[in-house]
Amino acid sequence: MSENIALALDFKGLLCPMPIVKLAQAIKRVQVGEMIEAVATDAGVMADIPAWTRSTGHELMALEKREKDFRFVVKRLK
Amino acid sequence: MAERKNKLTLVVLSGDLDKVMASYIIATGAAAAGMEVVMFFTFWGLKAIQRDGVFTGKGLFGKMLGVMNRGGLNAIGPSRLNMGGMGRWMFKLMMKQKGVTQLPELRQAAIDLGVQMLPCQMSMDVMEITRDHFIPEAAEPVGVATMLEHASESSIQFFI
Repeated sequence: MSENIALALDFKGLLCPMPIVKLAQAIKRVQVGEMIEAVATDAGVMADIPAWTRSTGHELMALEKREKDFRFVVKRLK
Repeated sequence: MAERKNKLTLVVLSGDLDKVMASYIIATGAAAAGMEVVMFFTFWGLKAIQRDGVFTGKGLFGKMLGVMNRGGLNAIGPSRLNMGGMGRWMFKLMMKQKGVTQLPELRQAAIDLGVQMLPCQMSMDVMEITRDHFIPEAAEPVGVATMLEHASESSIQFFI
């Protein structure tokens, strides 16, 4: 899957609402069908990234809590 | 009733740091989720779109108000526990230590995401605040009818 990731972002240290603000800005920089991978440290992303993809209509490909951070992959659908 | 759009209308009456912060967080979050966002700033809320270091007021009372009610994001304090500015200093420090985005950057994010910022003309008249006291991104001042038109076609309305 990693070969389809067009943009990798570092959201470490960012708190609400910046992860979704930065994600909304970044999604415009990739083509439809391409994916963004991001790593964050704010636990709020576990709820907010799925909510953001539901409201915007993009696809959540992965969301995982890791030892020290959270990783997610979002695919631009439109 | 107008058809409801994927749109948020926020009425910002408060000019306190905590409530202004909540307003800009909700506005940027909604704009980031693809919503059209309108913020209507009235009374104390006008401080949230004032430039820093600018004194408002024309007559004696207006100028007194301008001194006692400083606007701009660096001048406003929390609604509780401000204690003559100590609370503002403490909250700002604590938020900085935790990496919370500061108000000026949050407002800039709202501007970059296309959030519309409408000042209330009547409050401006009462408090002797003019357009040149505002940041350039503030829109033309409007009245309650314009705000209600936006609110009636919004799927979410908030009053803060």
